Amino acid sequence: MSVDGQSVTGPQGAVSPQPAFSQSGLGKAQTPRRAVVVGGNRIPFARTGGAYTKSSNQDMLTAALDGLIARFGLQDERIGEVAAGAVLKHSRDFNLTREAVLGSALSAETPAYDLQQACATGLETVLGLANKIKLGQIESAIAGGVDSASDAPIAVSEGLREVLLDLNRAKTLPQRLRILARLRPKDLAPDAPNTGEPRTGLSMGEHQAVTTGQWKISREAQDEVAYNSHRNLAAAYDAGFFDDLLTPYRGLTRDSNLRADTTLEKLASLKPVFGRNLGSEATMTAGNSTPLTDGASTVLLASEEWADQHDLPKLAAVVDGESAAVDFVHGKDGLLMAPAFAVPRLLARNGLTLDDIDYFEIHEAFAGTVLSTLAAWEDEEFGRTRLGLDGAFGKVDRTRLNVNGSSLAAGHPFAATGGRIVATLAKMLHEKGQVDGRPALGLISVCAAGGQGVVALLEAQ
Amino acid sequence: MTDIYSRLVNKGPGRDVAKKLGLPQPAVLRRYEPGQPLINGPVLIEGSSAGADELAAELLTWDVDVRRHAVPREKLGGIVLVLDSLASPVDLEKPVLTVASSLRDLAPNGRVVTVSLTPDGGSPAAAAARQGVDGLLRSLAKELRAGATGNGILLADGVGTTAPTALGALRFFLSGRSAYVDGQFVRVGSTSGKLPADDEKPLAGKVAVVTGAARGIGAAIARTLHRDGATVVAVDIPAAGDHLAAVANDIRGTALQLDISRDDAGPRIIEHAVGRHGRLDILVHNAGITRDKLLVNMDHGRWSSVIGVNIAAQLRINEALLASEHFRSAPRIVSLASTSGIAGNRGQTNYAASKGGVIGMVRATAPLLAEHGGSINAVAPGFIETEMTARMPFATREIARRLNSLQQGGRPQDVAEAIAFLASDSAGGISGEVLRVCGQQLVGA
Repeated sequence: MSVDGQSVTGPQGAVSPQPAFSQSGLGKAQTPRRAVVVGGNRIPFARTGGAYTKSSNQDMLTAALDGLIARFGLQDERIGEVAAGAVLKHSRDFNLTREAVLGSALSAETPAYDLQQACATGLETVLGLANKIKLGQIESAIAGGVDSASDAPIAVSEGLREVLLDLNRAKTLPQRLRILARLRPKDLAPDAPNTGEPRTGLSMGEHQAVTTGQWKISREAQDEVAYNSHRNLAAAYDAGFFDDLLTPYRGLTRDSNLRADTTLEKLASLKPVFGRNLGSEATMTAGNSTPLTDGASTVLLASEEWADQHDLPKLAAVVDGESAAVDFVHGKDGLLMAPAFAVPRLLARNGLTLDDIDYFEIHEAFAGTVLSTLAAWEDEEFGRTRLGLDGAFGKVDRTRLNVNGSSLAAGHPFAATGGRIVATLAKMLHEKGQVDGRPALGLISVCAAGGQGVVALLEAQ
Repeated sequence: MTDIYSRLVNKGPGRDVAKKLGLPQPAVLRRYEPGQPLINGPVLIEGSSAGADELAAELLTWDVDVRRHAVPREKLGGIVLVLDSLASPVDLEKPVLTVASSLRDLAPNGRVVTVSLTPDGGSPAAAAARQGVDGLLRSLAKELRAGATGNGILLADGVGTTAPTALGALRFFLSGRSAYVDGQFVRVGSTSGKLPADDEKPLAGKVAVVTGAARGIGAAIARTLHRDGATVVAVDIPAAGDHLAAVANDIRGTALQLDISRDDAGPRIIEHAVGRHGRLDILVHNAGITRDKLLVNMDHGRWSSVIGVNIAAQLRINEALLASEHFRSAPRIVSLASTSGIAGNRGQTNYAASKGGVIGMVRATAPLLAEHGGSINAVAPGFIETEMTARMPFATREIARRLNSLQQGGRPQDVAEAIAFLASDSAGGISGEVLRVCGQQLVGA
């Protein structure tokens, strides 16, 4: 089989699925036991420069942890392991998660580690910890993520940094003076963080604008995704859906980016901000792209035994996960298109199709990202040449997509998004319960910088 | 919470100046702390009835220094005046005048407790004597100084002086737990209830739900129930979730973010308590709001929200609890009323209607809980030092604070102690009653 892409059937495009996963039975057969989502807690997400301007990553992660501890009565509990991370990180935050644990009401004997996989950080912590639980290495875990674009680190320039390090090594005054003489005025300008891709110099938005154009996604379709996100999230808040998923912080009780009263007309009136120099019509606006945001989220995971012993709920099982990456550097695929490859592989391994999924949570980095991914899956050519299938991968039932809103409305504090989605989806699946005599299934897809994507499958308990 | 005046007149030159000028001198109240003795000093038990003898015998088993006759010039921790065999008002004179001179020997923060029969029975002469105790005690309480209080226990027909709740109430009144309760009666209507195995942990093994627990009085209630041994579910509206989480983490309980005015609040409370903690024994209806306005300016929003949260929600939650098989083992409900609901308060027609409503609810719900050995009562706080009262204008606050027999505002802790008492099995014989925690507020009954 000759395919130019990433066959869904294996890394080398092998015809048959990998035997180890062929009789998966949704993760039951391949693992001795299940890892379940007990619940979650996050703080409301705040637009950068807003309510959390003075809050550090550690402050926010600790607050999210303490809310989780209070909800589930975990005071002084020694959790198996806590894993979290931040994308924008100060050098002092080298042990961020452990420091947050020490500042929380958990037992100080709870170990913790940091993880970083760009915007997929949060989801990857869930998958890694769930695997440890499935393997019997730990009984309980807290996954999480935090990011502050307000309290972002600012570094000194490379020039100044080298001079300072050399100065530290110098022994004599003349040596020191010679080193100092190397300094140039431009070296004194600080290096502010940016979300541009190191290998292309393009911002994420500019990358997506190329992809959005390639898949011919219209402005109207993108605005509709944004509109639905705000409307769905607002409705979920009004229904009290987040009452047990969120704890207020610094006076904020809802995500500050949420515009419950936005209209398609208002969204249509915004000027494009990305893709203005691509020749084609620019369609991506501040309305259909996620803004920089501050926030933190946590998810409590456990073995079924641990949850039962502690009289805690079991919302959903973390069945399986998959990651993928694309070669965006040479323009083969769009920067944020990795999930388009990861999801087909994940579903094939579990013997599922898109039609089997009851809820889709596709992270809205940009409305264009979601729509480009859906378009790729519906495209026969993409299915044949890139996924190694007989035709198109399939169609996502739009009434099952991001039904309680997603990042366009809630905001996207990079590492915190995975935890937000996992806890939200787990609760939705639990409420849905059984569908046609089988547990409801949910799919999560998160794209990330560096051309990466992490996806996961959850099943109602 | 800062009563600067009280601090000024309690030490050094401030004390002398206040004394010379005849200014109010609020005492520093002896409040309960774990490990504290029940009472400081001997307790004089006055009365010649069999009930008085039995009570004296019981007190001896409590490690209390009991006196049946006053020893001249010996400082007394408390005086218990047993008046359970009055046939006529004339019978009052002997015991009352016997203890009169002992009042001089009452130590600071001393206690006077009367034990008498409810005035709703007996001959006209007996009823007159029994009702006479009411006027006597309330007046006596106003004469006491230096943090001393006077309170009364009323025994219904068939309830002896050593019935479990009679003893429970006596312990409460003698102890520092009742520091801000003054001039009040509790009516022991039955022989239900039992004294705790461990007096320091009277709520051991119980699961308690406290609404409005994020701050103020609610947070104090949650902390006090936890101190007394209960596992606490702290409930408050989602918007107060951060303060709620802090309280829950502090007391090793769980936080439940829930708007109690939601239709499904009752079932959700039961589900959380039973699901997480295996049972539900105590519910404290503390959550309440004020939307003050003169009635002439009252509107639908202010009226309906206050009634909705303060009384309609409680009725709905109680209904769910009463229907639940999980609330059948000596269940206890304690609800927050207010002195506004008893005496009225200008600008609070809506609030007073809701709090008066609480008193009616408690009275009518008591028989429904009795069949499960349960009880329901209300606590009516007077002026309590909270964030809310700290926002009152200075002069209004200062006047409100002093217009009671103890000449000071109470603390959230004082309300919490009364609630913890009524939530305990040692108050099981009290039901359908209202206990005021107001330092014997002088205005409005």
